Formats: sequence, structure tokens, C-alpha cells
Amino acid sequence: MSTNTNKRIVIFLISIITFLIISKFLFSALRENTIYFFSPTEVSDLIELPNKKIRIGGMVKKDSISEENKKYNFIITDFNKEISVTYSGILPNLFVEGQGAVVEGNLISRKTFVGTKILAKHDENYMPKEVADSLKKIGNFKRK
Amino acid sequence: MRRIFENKKIVGIYNDYFDYLKITFLVLLIIGLVLSFFFSPSDYLQGEVVRIMYVHVPSSWLALMIFSAMSVFSLISLIFRFRIFTIFTKSLAPIGFTFSLISIFTGSLWGQPTWGTFWTWDARLTSMMLLVLLYIFYILSWVVVKNIFTAEKISSLIAVFGLANIPLIKFSVIWWNTLHQPASIKFLEESTIHESMLAPLMFMFIAFAFFSLMVFLIRFKVESFKLKILREKS
Repeated sequence: MSTNTNKRIVIFLISIITFLIISKFLFSALRENTIYFFSPTEVSDLIELPNKKIRIGGMVKKDSISEENKKYNFIITDFNKEISVTYSGILPNLFVEGQGAVVEGNLISRKTFVGTKILAKHDENYMPKEVADSLKKIGNFKRK
Repeated sequence: MRRIFENKKIVGIYNDYFDYLKITFLVLLIIGLVLSFFFSPSDYLQGEVVRIMYVHVPSSWLALMIFSAMSVFSLISLIFRFRIFTIFTKSLAPIGFTFSLISIFTGSLWGQPTWGTFWTWDARLTSMMLLVLLYIFYILSWVVVKNIFTAEKISSLIAVFGLANIPLIKFSVIWWNTLHQPASIKFLEESTIHESMLAPLMFMFIAFAFFSLMVFLIRFKVESFKLKILREKS
């Protein structure tokens, strides 16, 4: 190998290391801005409640959705902490109990949230309906 | 080593095998489409919409794979002055770019009926948008920079440093809270897609990969011809 090639390899390695160090600092500085949603546990760990709009996300707790005059109440859980959410508006099709959801809105307290927009989150499991039904029957559906 | 990657040999592959590639691609694509439209079930949760996956996922995979290949090729070309790898990279760029666009568009078509939104700035979608931009920068650097040797350097640097974005896309769903679900198909664990849905996905992926190879061979022939003309002019 020529000395020029060796020189280029050294230059390349130095620039990669510099690049990694810079991006490490960049990411730790931007940490707070890259949060898409808070889980209920993260909300309960917050030092002070944010005034601006935030998103919270987690599972929609089983048997927690109730409706009264187009006003919905439900509980978002991460199987550790829970937040109860009130929301009035249209629900996405895939917003169902036992699936994930992300709610945009304002925190009233660490336990209550007023939602203005709901996004349904689905998990990485794909299967035909028959398979899902039979899994539900033997109680093997969503082991968590 | 340099003998293996001669212009003539790659063009030779094109001349000798292109018809076979075409036939294999068509057969795979037809099997893939028939499987995804008629012989795969609808999802228990999403219903028929799940069929968008058979285009969305292969396109996203190829967009990521092609960019990774471009980065490695650019690195080889930069460090070892192995110029044919620049032509490889230049030929691959528009293919990866097209697949990244297909991925974004089918993704937002899928997002509306499932999530309830066409677009949101979560980590996966944002890093994927960055990949589209990197492809655009790469292609534009060849158009904007007039001197081909400068253009080669700038575009290769874009491809090499853009490699950092690939793990960011891949692991964004693990490192951050995202609206996008985590990967269903993993290297070491069992896939969480039912076999009846996995088959069309894999057929479509291999068909798309064959398509990429075909376009690559055509583009390689054109790009190396263009460079030859430029060299004779200067």
C-alpha cells in the first residue's frame, strides 16, 4: 500500500472519531427536544409539570374506555403508572383497548390529562383474525 | 483484486444475463403480487390496509441497504482511489432515492387509516426523511459541482458520513419513544408476522432487489459511458 493510501486511512479515522464525539454531544444536548411522547412513568418522574402541549403514550387499559355525550374517558398505562385521560373528538379506527395510543394535550396533574388529538399506535404483531382468536382462546395473546 | 471489477466485466454481465434477470424479476413480482392480493389474509386489527406493508417494507429495506452499499463503495473509492466504485455508487443513488420516496409515500398512506395521521415528527419518520435528503444531496452534488473530480470527493463524503443515519433509522424505534412500531422481522428472534403474511413480503422484497440489480446494470453502462466521453473531452 502506498503512503498516500495510509495517510488517507489516518485522515478518515480521525474524522470519524471527531464526528462521533460531536454527534454524542449534539444528541445529549438535544435529548429533551427529541422526546416524542412521555410514558406515564416518565410523567410521574418529571420534576415540574410542563405548561406547553405534550404527548403521552402507552397502552389503553382494558375496560377503561367510557363515553358520555361524545366525551371519552380512558386510562393510559405502561403497566407501572397510569394516567386518566379525557378527550372529546373523533377516535381513530385502531384506537382500541389493549393496543397502544399516543395522546396530544395538556397535563392537569401527574395523574390526569386533557387530550386534544389521539393517534393510535399498533404493535409489531401481524396475524390473520383466526389466529388472533385462537390465541385469545388459549389465553396466550399478548403475554405481558 | 482490481481485475475483478473491470468495466468490461460488469457490462458483460449486462449483455449475457439481462434477459434472465428480466424473466426472474417478472416471475417473482407476479408471484409476490398474487400472494399479497389474493392469498394472504387480512390482519386481525388493521384489516385489508395491512397489504400496504408488502410494498412499504421491501422499499424501506432496499432504501437502507442501497445507501449502506453506497457508503461502503464511496469509502473504498476515497481511500484506495478505486474509481470504479464511484461509478457503482453513482449508479445506485437514483434507485435508492426512488425506494426511499416509495417508502415515505406508502408509509403516509398506511399511517392515515391506522395511526390517524399522514405524518408526524417521531424519530423513525424524521430519520427516514433525513435519508431522502441525503439521497437528494448526493445526486445534486454531481449536478451542481462542475469539476468531476471535486464532485466525486464531495458526493463520496456525503455518502460516507450519511452512513451514520442508517443505524439511527434502524434503532430509532428502540432508542426513542416513537409512534412507529418496532421491527417485526429481526435477525436473531422469531418474526412477529404470521407465515401467511411473511411469504408475500419476502417474494416482493426479492423481486424489488432483482429490479434494483437490473436498473443498476443499465445505469452502470450509461454512467461509465458518460465518464468515458468526459475523459476524452478533457
